[in-house]
Amino acid sequence: MVGEIKIEHVKKTFTNPDGSEVIALNDVNLDVEPGSFISLIGPSGCGKTTLLRAIAGLDLASEGAIYLDGNQVTEPGYERGYAFQQATLFQWLNIKQNIAFGLKARGVYKKEKDEVDRFIKLVGLEGFEKSYPHQLSGGMCQRASLARALVGHPKVLLLDEPLGALDAFTRMKMQDEILNIWKEHKMTMVMVTHDVDEAVYMSDKIVVMSARPAKVEKVIDIDLSRPRLRGQDAFLKYRTEILEILDFAGHVQEAEYFI
Amino acid sequence: MKKHIIRLLPILSIGLAVLLHNEIPNSTLQPQAEKPYFTYFLEILLGLYIICVVVSYVSKAFGEWLITKAPLWAGAVLLLNIINLAFSKYAMLPVLYFPCLDRVFEVFVTDYKLLWECIRSSFRLLAWGWLWGAGLGFITGVGIGFNKKLSYWVSPFTKVIGPIPPTSWSPLVLSLFTTSYHAAIFMIALAVWFPITLMTSSGIQNVQNSYFEAASTLGAKKYYRIVHVGIPAAMPHIFLGVFYATCSSFVTLVTAEMLGCKSGIGWYLNWVKSMMLYSKVYAGLIVLAGICTFVLTLIFKMKDKILVWQKGMIKW
Repeated sequence: MVGEIKIEHVKKTFTNPDGSEVIALNDVNLDVEPGSFISLIGPSGCGKTTLLRAIAGLDLASEGAIYLDGNQVTEPGYERGYAFQQATLFQWLNIKQNIAFGLKARGVYKKEKDEVDRFIKLVGLEGFEKSYPHQLSGGMCQRASLARALVGHPKVLLLDEPLGALDAFTRMKMQDEILNIWKEHKMTMVMVTHDVDEAVYMSDKIVVMSARPAKVEKVIDIDLSRPRLRGQDAFLKYRTEILEILDFAGHVQEAEYFI
Repeated sequence: MKKHIIRLLPILSIGLAVLLHNEIPNSTLQPQAEKPYFTYFLEILLGLYIICVVVSYVSKAFGEWLITKAPLWAGAVLLLNIINLAFSKYAMLPVLYFPCLDRVFEVFVTDYKLLWECIRSSFRLLAWGWLWGAGLGFITGVGIGFNKKLSYWVSPFTKVIGPIPPTSWSPLVLSLFTTSYHAAIFMIALAVWFPITLMTSSGIQNVQNSYFEAASTLGAKKYYRIVHVGIPAAMPHIFLGVFYATCSSFVTLVTAEMLGCKSGIGWYLNWVKSMMLYSKVYAGLIVLAGICTFVLTLIFKMKDKILVWQKGMIKW
């Protein structure tokens, strides 16, 4: 089993235009077991996305280090797939070309051609191979974006609120689809979300982060069998527990935890 | 029924023009052409249009298209008809500058060899200048767009050189180059180079960073990201640059030909003007309009091919 992430004493500072420094992450430590599904949750602006981007190698940590299977992360790479908040499909490529992009960039497209078709089917986009992104709905674009990140068989899939822009029903459907893909491929999943229900529904572990500078406030194991029921007592208990932690920490902001 | 009438409109319009042209004698003030060339022109148009009508009964798609165009064509012929009445028949404007249409169309018959020579010469000049300018402009633009150091050193240079009207280099360029032909190519290339450089580099610099990030998390290395993300994403901008560049290349072409060249449509216009042969000036302008429209249509066809993924940008 591969896909073990170790985050050791990660600190990330940003410099404001006026020269002052903002500490986005302060001494974050976290171990993610291979093949598990974890969610990062916390008040907005707390640095969840910064942490996710650091794992991806898009922004490097100012101090500390992140390891994937023992190798330090120094740059972006396909073994850490990333699903962005917006689908960011390449507008000039059709759906099939978008999904094949990574394989072509790495020069392995010829060998793994069939994977492209398999993933198009898996995310339910057969018949739309030749369509351009602007012709598809937001949900379909997000599916294509997931397929694009998954087709190279990453060890880790990083999800940055990938369902945030979707309506409630599409969102719940997509949650099940992501879980199905995860069940089949068993890669490590790290998801940033604002949605407590989504986190409890999908994760093995939920990492609750405090407001800036972000630290890991608490790691909660979700000990529920799958598939989960959203109305179940135990489900609601976890939900309340997380909301209380955030309340207790005094950083809950408006009603952002409800859809 | 209505469609049949619309389809007949151009025929009616041409018929009316022929009728008036034959029935009303040309003004005695106007120097006359040897033959009624305007009538010949209208008859050729009629012949071509009748072929179109025949085809429209065979191909349905062509028929639909023809019906959308027929009123416009009928209107164009009507406009010619009015011009003919004003110029040739009643000489409402000074006859030296506004010759009768028979004489304008006569030029295409009497001068066709020279005109053809001029068209070829202009095209050669335009093609070489355009290709050099566009090629170098694209390379400079991509360089500035992706390389910060190059941008630091080269973009001030382009910003100073670029906005100078290319033809204002002519005093210098005409003495530096051995032939006016090469000087003209240089000026056209300069006219094309600037807009393409500017729009390519700004297009690339304005590509959303998230595209590059997405590409890098998919395993694309730097060179691949430039070729397969930066350039395609900047294509709409680049085409805008190509459009501006082409328009400015026409201006430069004609001016350059008027300045030093011994052939080409700009030279022709200048020459016939100095001889006070205004019927030939009109013929030359018609040819020039044809060249420009042809080139721009070609470029927009190319754009539609390359930018299929985009919904209409500039309409032509």
